[in-house]
Amino acid sequence: MATFTLAKALNDGLRKAMEDDPKVLIMGEDVGKLGGVFRVTDGLQKDFGEDRVIDTPLAESGIIGTAIGMAMRGYRPVCEIQFDGFVYPAFDQIVSQLAKVHYRSRGKIKMPVTIRIPFGGGIGAVEHHSESPEAYFAHTAGLKVVACSNPADAYHMIRQSIASDDPIIFLEPKRRYWEKADFDPAAEPGPLHQARVVRPGSDVTVVAYGPMVKVALDAATAAEEDGRHLEVIDLRTLSPLDSGTVVESVRRTGRLVVVHEAPTTLGMGSELAARVTEQAFYSLEAPVLRVGGFDTPYPPSRLEEDFLPDLDRVLDAVDRSLAF
Amino acid sequence: MTLGDIGVPVQSEQSGGPELVQLLTPEGERVHHPDYPLEVTAEEVRDLYRDLVLVRRLDVEATALQRQGELGIWASLLGQEAAQIGSGRALRPGDMAFPSYREHGVAWCRGVRPGELLSLYRGNDFGGWDPSETNLGLYSIVIGAQTLHATGYAMAMQRDGGEDASIAYFGDGASSQGDVNEAFVWASVFNAPVVFFCQNNQWAISEPIEKQSRIPLFQRARGFGFPGVRVDGNDVLACLAVTRAALDAARTGQGPTLVEAYTYRMGAHTTSDDPTRYRLASELEIWRLRDPIERVKAYLSRSGEADAAFFESVQEQSDELAGQVRSACVDMPDPHPLDIFTEVYAEKTPHIDAQRDGFAAYLDSFEGVQH
Ligand SMILES: Cc1ncc(C[n+]2csc(CCOP(=O)(O)OP(=O)(O)O)c2C)c(N)n1
Ligand SMILES: [Mg+2]
Repeated sequence: MATFTLAKALNDGLRKAMEDDPKVLIMGEDVGKLGGVFRVTDGLQKDFGEDRVIDTPLAESGIIGTAIGMAMRGYRPVCEIQFDGFVYPAFDQIVSQLAKVHYRSRGKIKMPVTIRIPFGGGIGAVEHHSESPEAYFAHTAGLKVVACSNPADAYHMIRQSIASDDPIIFLEPKRRYWEKADFDPAAEPGPLHQARVVRPGSDVTVVAYGPMVKVALDAATAAEEDGRHLEVIDLRTLSPLDSGTVVESVRRTGRLVVVHEAPTTLGMGSELAARVTEQAFYSLEAPVLRVGGFDTPYPPSRLEEDFLPDLDRVLDAVDRSLAF
Repeated sequence: MTLGDIGVPVQSEQSGGPELVQLLTPEGERVHHPDYPLEVTAEEVRDLYRDLVLVRRLDVEATALQRQGELGIWASLLGQEAAQIGSGRALRPGDMAFPSYREHGVAWCRGVRPGELLSLYRGNDFGGWDPSETNLGLYSIVIGAQTLHATGYAMAMQRDGGEDASIAYFGDGASSQGDVNEAFVWASVFNAPVVFFCQNNQWAISEPIEKQSRIPLFQRARGFGFPGVRVDGNDVLACLAVTRAALDAARTGQGPTLVEAYTYRMGAHTTSDDPTRYRLASELEIWRLRDPIERVKAYLSRSGEADAAFFESVQEQSDELAGQVRSACVDMPDPHPLDIFTEVYAEKTPHIDAQRDGFAAYLDSFEGVQH
């Protein structure tokens, strides 16, 4: 057992992946000497050299486009997009190119590319630094999308993503980078594409991922004082979506609240609501409720506390679900 | 074949090379350039000096406000005052400027008030000024995007007739973006009246210019089919003359110009950055000797175009400005939570109104509740 921040766990996971496989490369803006603006790649260029930890010119489309070429030649690029809001210049390369190479080549070309994106708000940043773009990618066939919520998952999930032969959008909850936890790096991780019940309960199922898992857990602790037992699920994988774990839970609780920072319209909550309605309709005691960002652009940072779901808004939804 | 063989100059000591346009040396000596004659009165030079001192003071005060928690972040223009004031003062009222996020000096020239400038960095809004009133676009944090907007705006100006031009500000790092290169293509083939003003401050956060380009940036213009010029970005007179000439070319139907203002980012990238992790202090020493303000002061003193009383009055004005910047910042009212829902669309939608009303009711439910 050792104590890690989430950022350090990612750093160790990247280091291990690079040690294990000489084909693993890191590419991005400021990932070298600086170690990335969040220091996730700290020290890696020093130890693995400039050929394996590449400070790229400042162009996201170029980062992903060249990673595709590298992957065609057998490398396993791990691309860092500096902030969520800066992934859009690379959108064509991700959605029209990366996502489709395997399909178009009838499986002859694999795309083991990992795209790391610090995502979500809550750090008081200026615009374009707090977004939650996951639905765009989860909507795109050919991509896989995962989100870690804690240091242990960060360590294992980044290694599993790099080892995968499919392109993976790897979402990192930037406001949790500095949160610490103990874990044993040598322990065997569960499968990458599986959700996890992180707190069992019997009254309402609350599903979250990335930065909102902590909010959901805090809400469960608060609800416990009122005698309400929330079951909290960390979704972990958004595509493929592990709705099975969620459906199984809802069959027991009869109620579901989905929490994310992204705007609710056509967000992950919408898809879960549809699947649960399809697969567990007769178990439902209340409509599936979504707690998310509003359908507005991400606001200036002095308003983000109002925009972002918090403990009160989760409990409010729990109340409404139970009152139904 | 070496880089030298194909005409790639070795950038020694970051001197800017022989093609650097300079009208005022770092020592404050007035020199002349055949292509950029500049007639300036003593009063104009004094005004430029005042601008330089005031925007530096505004910047220093904003940095202090960030340190005290009054701003979320600040991107300092320290070292780049001349590039911004020189080019900003070359603009005519009808011209349109498209800034990046560090162009506080340009904003100053466009009449943006300190509070309007700071509100974005305080987290209150996305820029407090009215772009149509000031002819300054909102800051663009997404690197390079604004160069295309400037080009499209110029194409619109072209269709409207008249003698207006637009100018796009961006950095050396931004020059790698697809958007910037597309803007070059557009401006070139449509002969758009736009000036691309690149402040090459040698760094894009931790990446030195060598990570973006193997040739001096101004030389890229040639491949796109329009002229490029490298100007001493720490020389306010040269920046004024070169930008004015580029704008005049645009106004008179000669199309775009790329101006590379060769300068240096003296501070951190932003207040969140720690440059000691990636660059040497010795580099700073070289550039300190090329300070954009000191050379104007030396020139004004030596030529007798300004006396001690003038410098004192500028100092007083700068103290006054610092106070105004501070109070404009700390007295700024916080935005209201329901502001989140305003102006999402030009034509209102019932869905957003319903979300706003729902959130208002939710907030009201806490009225009188201890939490
Ligand atoms: C599309 C995009 N990618 C990444 C960033 C993050 N970022 C902010 S500033 C910066 C460096 C910009 O360097 P340069 O263009 O030289 O401008 P300077 O900051 O030096 O003025 C980066 C990478 C961004 N804002 N936008
Ligand atoms: Mg720069």
